[in-house]
Amino acid sequence: MSEYSGHNESGASVGIVRRETLTFAEPPEEMTLESGQKLGPITLAYETYGTLDREARNAVMVFHALSGNSHVAGCYTESDEKPGWWDNMVGPGKGIDTDRYFVICSNIIGSCYGSTGPASRNLRTGKPYGLSFPLFTIADIVRAQKRLLDHLGIRRLLCLVGGSIGGMQALEWAVDYPEMVFSAIPVASTAKRSALSIGLSEAQRQAIMADPNWRNGDYYGQDPPSKGLALARIIGHITYLSEASMERKFGRKLRENAAFKFDFSPDFQVESYLHHQGRKFVERFDANSYLYITKASDYFDLGEQRGEGSLVQAFSRTRAKFLVISFSSDWLYPTAQSKEMVSAMKKAGRDVSFCEIEVDFGHDSFLLAHEQLTRLVSGFLNRMSQEIAVTSGAAGTEVAHAL
Amino acid sequence: MRFDLQIIASLVAPHTRVLDLGCGRGDLLEFLKGEKRVEGYGVEIDEKEVIEGIEKGLSIVQGDLNIETRDFADGSFDYAILSQTLQQVYDPERVIQEMLRIGKMGIVSFPCFNHLAVKLQLFFTSRAPVTEELPYEWYNTPNIRVITWDDFREFCSARGIKILRQIAIATHHRAESGRIVRRLPDWFAKYGIFLVTKNST
Repeated sequence: MSEYSGHNESGASVGIVRRETLTFAEPPEEMTLESGQKLGPITLAYETYGTLDREARNAVMVFHALSGNSHVAGCYTESDEKPGWWDNMVGPGKGIDTDRYFVICSNIIGSCYGSTGPASRNLRTGKPYGLSFPLFTIADIVRAQKRLLDHLGIRRLLCLVGGSIGGMQALEWAVDYPEMVFSAIPVASTAKRSALSIGLSEAQRQAIMADPNWRNGDYYGQDPPSKGLALARIIGHITYLSEASMERKFGRKLRENAAFKFDFSPDFQVESYLHHQGRKFVERFDANSYLYITKASDYFDLGEQRGEGSLVQAFSRTRAKFLVISFSSDWLYPTAQSKEMVSAMKKAGRDVSFCEIEVDFGHDSFLLAHEQLTRLVSGFLNRMSQEIAVTSGAAGTEVAHAL
Repeated sequence: MRFDLQIIASLVAPHTRVLDLGCGRGDLLEFLKGEKRVEGYGVEIDEKEVIEGIEKGLSIVQGDLNIETRDFADGSFDYAILSQTLQQVYDPERVIQEMLRIGKMGIVSFPCFNHLAVKLQLFFTSRAPVTEELPYEWYNTPNIRVITWDDFREFCSARGIKILRQIAIATHHRAESGRIVRRLPDWFAKYGIFLVTKNST
């Protein structure tokens, strides 16, 4: 049974926010990626909300998924009607309470919301990178984020929170920078992309690359491969839903008349809905970014890459406490994959909590206002802020009590 | 907190590691964490209770207690607790052996099917007894077995499990007060609470 509440109106908005940028890795100090290729200069777009406390112990890093960006919460202007993508979770008095926590989110490398990606200008050629942009991994994304935190002077993160590919980043962070990560909440995520997900990813990439407008990625300044990208989004969007939610929302309802048209234009509401999703997406996303980011997530296998083939060994390197959350109807990153993660964390002796939320909205559930998810995240964060104070000595304990 | 949980808490030494199997919303763990500074860990299958427990600041893994014990290393807890769940588990022997593998000690509590009221009901009515502690009819009970005080003692003795403490209590169902039954537990125990170990020391 779904227990969805409406949009969370309980807390006020974080208000007007601003997107900042940081540029680093200027040649000849480029960042060497896992592939061995170099990337630089790198610009990261990021946003922060709330205030970093004196001991810099209340930093919560949020990670966006495939098509997200640094705009987690709040609005850019007074007249801006579209708040950030997780405004129902992040804000004053919300699950991630910006009155208590300093929230950071950066747009990942390779994306198209202000961070360096394939649509950015390659300084060497003066033209957009296109396919000359190097392939990167989740670990590369994380390494760039580390540079941002160094810049912000944050040496310890109270918690990392991310859904889907965002959850992968949280896991990678916990393994790669164990001394910096006090806790992590991977939501609807996995420690290893499954064959099913890779297959679906590839189908989406092929849809883009089959569009004649794609031109081997060299389409900037011309007509972009909108049909291909829209089709990729349609496939992707289906994987974020569930049979039950689609059945409830659309069933076999027809578009206009209660009769078949007997041609290949959309008859069913579900068809026109998906076309609409595809059209909306091409207005805001770059096709090459889609290729690169899906590839980065396909490469992700934490046990193989960080534990010499053993996920237990990978988690043995972490110091973090974990809260793993899955959704019962998520078939893209099913509960079994979260449980596999939890099992390895337990074997590695990590402090881990796990909850599967019973909900039929599929993988996308993590983005929707959901009371259970909010309670889990806020309860866990509250506990972490008390425990980080204790581990930091007596002075810290007073702060925890003052909270 | 429920009286039987108060008794269980009294058996737990401070600053230890405790695993509560079937921890519900974590009342016992919360108490132990606050009063005895234990490092507590819970396993619970019900989503609502798991969320309540995590919200309170406890470490809880949602899952089946028959499965969730497997990932823990030998002796990784000082105590593994199974309170009022033994009558519902499918393979109690395996669960208890698992508890004593991952815990240096185990604490097991269950409603005793040997209380005077049970004996009299069966004797006089020839019907399956229904009590405050086991309030179900035969056709709707979640309890798949009944256990008596002596049954459990005999099981321990046959399996080389050492009983360190045994406490019989009489309390109303879910009540916060009750009393310890010091004489004739075979007649007057409503619940039995056992602290057991496999360690020879």
